[in-house]
Amino acid sequence: MKNKWGKYGILLAVAFLLILTAGCSVPVLDPKGPVGESQKNLIVFSIIMMSLIVIVVMVALTYMLVKFRERPNRSDEDYDPEHEGNTKLEIIWTVIPLIIVTALSIPTVITIYQLEDPPQSSSDKEPLVVHATSADWKWFFSYPEQKIETVNYLHIPTDRAVEFKLSSADSMASLWIPALGGQKYNMAGMETTLYLQADEAGTYEGRNSNFTGTGFAEQTFDVHAEPAEEFQNWVEETKQSAPELTQDQYDELLAPGLLQEMEFSSTHLEYVDHGSMDGSDYLIQRHGTEAFEDIPALEGGEDVAND
Amino acid sequence: MDFLLNEFLVTGDPLIYGAMVSIVLVSIAIVFVLTYFRKWGYLWREWLTTVDHKKIGIMYIIAAIAMLFRGGVDAMLMRAQLTLPNTEFLNSQHYNEIFTTHGTIMIIFMAMPFLIGLMNFVVPLQIGARDVAFPFLNAVSFWSFAFGAMLFNLSFVIGGSPDAGWTNYAPLAGPNLNPGPNINYYLLGLQISGIGTLATGINFMVTILKMRAPGMKLMRMPIFTWSSLITSFIITFAFPILTVALALMTIDRIFGSQFFTLTGEGMPMMWANLFWLWGHPEVYIVILPAFGIFSEVISTFARKQLFGYKAMVWSMLIIAGLSFLVWVHHFFTMGAGAGVNSVFSVTTMLISVPTGVKIFNWLGTMYKGKIRFDTPMLWSIGFIPCFVLGGVTGVMLAMAAADYQYHNTYFLVAHFHNVLIAGTVFGCFAGLTFWYPKMFGHKMNEKLGKISFWFFVIGFNVCFLPMYFLGFMGMPRRTYSIEPEWMPLNVISTIGAVLMAVGFLVFVYNIYYSFRYSEREKTGDTWDGRALEWATTTPVPFYNFATVPEITGPEAFWKMKQEGGTTYDKENLEPIHMPSDSGVPFIMSAFMFVAGFGLVWEWMFMAIAGLIGILACMVVRSFDYDHGFHVSVEEIKETEEKAREGEK
Amino acid sequence: MSGHSELTTGPLEYRSHEDRMTVLGFWLFLGAEIALFATLFATYAVLFGRTADAPAPQELFEMPMALTMTFLLLTSSFTCGIAIHEMRRGSLKGLLTWLIITLALGLGFLGFEIYEFVHYAHEGATLQSSAYWSSFFVLTGTHGAHVTLGICWAVLLIIQLKKRGLNQMTARKTFVLGLYWHFLDVIWIFLFTSVYLIGMVV
Repeated sequence: MKNKWGKYGILLAVAFLLILTAGCSVPVLDPKGPVGESQKNLIVFSIIMMSLIVIVVMVALTYMLVKFRERPNRSDEDYDPEHEGNTKLEIIWTVIPLIIVTALSIPTVITIYQLEDPPQSSSDKEPLVVHATSADWKWFFSYPEQKIETVNYLHIPTDRAVEFKLSSADSMASLWIPALGGQKYNMAGMETTLYLQADEAGTYEGRNSNFTGTGFAEQTFDVHAEPAEEFQNWVEETKQSAPELTQDQYDELLAPGLLQEMEFSSTHLEYVDHGSMDGSDYLIQRHGTEAFEDIPALEGGEDVAND
Repeated sequence: MDFLLNEFLVTGDPLIYGAMVSIVLVSIAIVFVLTYFRKWGYLWREWLTTVDHKKIGIMYIIAAIAMLFRGGVDAMLMRAQLTLPNTEFLNSQHYNEIFTTHGTIMIIFMAMPFLIGLMNFVVPLQIGARDVAFPFLNAVSFWSFAFGAMLFNLSFVIGGSPDAGWTNYAPLAGPNLNPGPNINYYLLGLQISGIGTLATGINFMVTILKMRAPGMKLMRMPIFTWSSLITSFIITFAFPILTVALALMTIDRIFGSQFFTLTGEGMPMMWANLFWLWGHPEVYIVILPAFGIFSEVISTFARKQLFGYKAMVWSMLIIAGLSFLVWVHHFFTMGAGAGVNSVFSVTTMLISVPTGVKIFNWLGTMYKGKIRFDTPMLWSIGFIPCFVLGGVTGVMLAMAAADYQYHNTYFLVAHFHNVLIAGTVFGCFAGLTFWYPKMFGHKMNEKLGKISFWFFVIGFNVCFLPMYFLGFMGMPRRTYSIEPEWMPLNVISTIGAVLMAVGFLVFVYNIYYSFRYSEREKTGDTWDGRALEWATTTPVPFYNFATVPEITGPEAFWKMKQEGGTTYDKENLEPIHMPSDSGVPFIMSAFMFVAGFGLVWEWMFMAIAGLIGILACMVVRSFDYDHGFHVSVEEIKETEEKAREGEK
Repeated sequence: MSGHSELTTGPLEYRSHEDRMTVLGFWLFLGAEIALFATLFATYAVLFGRTADAPAPQELFEMPMALTMTFLLLTSSFTCGIAIHEMRRGSLKGLLTWLIITLALGLGFLGFEIYEFVHYAHEGATLQSSAYWSSFFVLTGTHGAHVTLGICWAVLLIIQLKKRGLNQMTARKTFVLGLYWHFLDVIWIFLFTSVYLIGMVV
């Protein structure tokens, strides 16, 4: 039977892929914080349920193909061209999927609601507020309480929730740090909130996952998660050594293009809040559409993607 | 001259020069062949002016296969870039254009026309009609699709292709961030072909509701006809939303309104909502007819009645209803709030229930059957496991909290290819090989068909299974460069894509091979069929049925074969009224193309000239009262006797 | 089409199978039109209040004008109904007379709408000035474009009726035009309430 080979092939391919990926980092399935953890649990639960369905269908299909294929010497006893339905069976295979959907819906809805609030495990501390603003094709991270701002990287303390206030100066982006948890959109003229938390210190990759044009692939950043004390040291150091961010300089940085990592001892929030309706045309007012007419070959940013 | 070289023509890329040269060469070759063999008149009389649903269906399918080739080339270029990321085979801009045209072409100009082509050919035959309800409108549908597709494809060499993804999200695609003609091509190409699709929806609803053979009640209709009716319903109510969305963005870009802009308090996110309000039903527009095809094929080759006919119909109706209630799941990450996301999570997962019922009903159809493994059946069997995989990953994506991790990644890419290729493309191939003898009078070669099936289906799994893992590894979609650790899986994926390409090429070669060598059909009933399309002769006479039989139950032709019955009742022949051919649809659509091209470049004189042309065609049509002619009884007799010689 | 009987009684426009299909097809088309206008209304509702620096609607909308336009269009719908009634009675002259009255009322409506648009533009509210005004002009403009198309269509029909008199084909065309005209009237009622009335109050 050729068809069986097809299925063996699929199984083999899956096994092969598992071996191949064994050595690589799979951040979604190996999260470093409670948000990613609850999502991973949901994912694993759903994979198990779904595998059951796939197996049932595969087995049933193989059975039908083997047993009822046309072959020489097959008696006509089990051939019934008039056979057209079986109410009992049909009810069964309507109700069982309904039960499965219910079983999946409950944890899904619970998790959806949980993720709207900061993680429980650090509820004793106030979340750290970071405004993450995307612009073509870079990230600004503003710490309003600490009065510092970074470009294309950020530091966060471990074991404390981070409350990201997301907005965009131009196209819609999506802030995604797979090792810490799922993403949310950055949009011009409105503000969204995303809670993430790192439980382990380390450097994680973050990126914009939503297509934004020419420099999209390079719109990445590093997240340095470190214990509270180290984080505090970094804040102090930045405050003292980094220059202030003037409005003129900020406007210049906003122009479409790539940027190196940078840090400043003040934030752009005093000039504009891209997350409000008033701020949504700030970039267009400064740069016009001409800036987007002929995008020059991109350079100046760090070559993150290919190193 | 400066304008011509710097803005009008796309310059500076060897791939595009190659495309230009090949377009010119192919055009010259076509003109030469047509002139040399004196086929201009034939082309005009038999094809460009035809209103015959069978010819229109065939033209749809030919165009769709050409577009499948174009979209496939795009896919291969993308795979090449992702396998050789450091060679800058494509730069970012070029890659962006290519994934945009790949998506748009595959959905709008490949999947939909392919299925509409099959619907065109098959539905009137299945219900015992002589043509569709509005044959003239049907020709308008086809030609507006063809000219819309042409306009869209032209962007590759003139002005630059759209580059904001097939979803064309604002504000990226809006006038602020993306000036120039490229996005205009997307908007107007889709708008022009969308008008045709809407007309098709209305046309087929009326055809199926009003033109069935006497005695064919709704619940006696073949299941493919049912799927076409439901699809037409979705088209009729979903496409106006796209029309509006496209028009609003066109007005934004060309006339300076502020719907989706960053300025003037515009609301870019409204585009995403409008787009998916149409876009999700669109997914079912391209999957339901495929379900219908699989049902026909599985029942024919299991040589059994379809299991659970009523449940099949009801599940399609429920899917159609739910398809309008799930659009938010395309942007769970927009932050609409827990309540909204929960509701749309659950409605999305609910769709899996009727879909699951259909899967089990297909298995039930095989139960106690006598299964033959001809090529159409192979595609249908291959569909089940591959589609189930796409279905279950769809359920995983529907779980909003988990979707935050899948969204915008290769997990998503793998999922929708798993449903759209296993569902729609396998369905198109199954349908085409199944009805091929009816269309052209000979089968497609079985051996080549099987080779192409195995290449395609194995390549398909090798190509897309690794992508699920790439998603977990954090690889975003639409990126032209990759990180080193994503490399091995991308290479495997590319190998799969090459296998698929081989499968496709064998399929196309098979068309040529079968044309040359396949045995010609002697009867109208190639596969021991069950529905009415097999009751008439092959090739089908232009009036389809000399006499329309009285239908007494489901599976009309199966019953006729057992109880006797014919579509050529010599005693009761009557003159048949048939619609006249017309060149107006072709000319009118050509004017749409002119108007569209004018708008793309914001040349208002050209747009207005095109518009006047369209209106003039409508006036001509309005004053034309000669809509048909009668086929005499003698001519019917002559045609039928000749066609039925082989059967004796 | 054999198998589908031709009627010899009943309204002229329903007698042949083709007629019945055309009328059903047109109803479905109107269904699609409803989806189209629903999308435009939804867009308008979403963008309501986003006037940016342009004047707010309550500063510009005037009750007398909106009421006059409503009166003109509603009356034209009524006269269109009388025209169809005359057609059913078999009176070509009556049909033509009432159709022309309908046309005149429709033209009057259009005249007011154009005046209204020009007036708003003078006050600083144009298609370009803000999201709200974009949606206002496109929503009402789409309706106006439909009315314009309906008027052109009616002119073509009047010529055909003059040339060919009342027969099955012209009767069907007239009837379908009537459906279209009433549909535009229904849309206007929604426009009047949800754009003008609400716009003046909120």
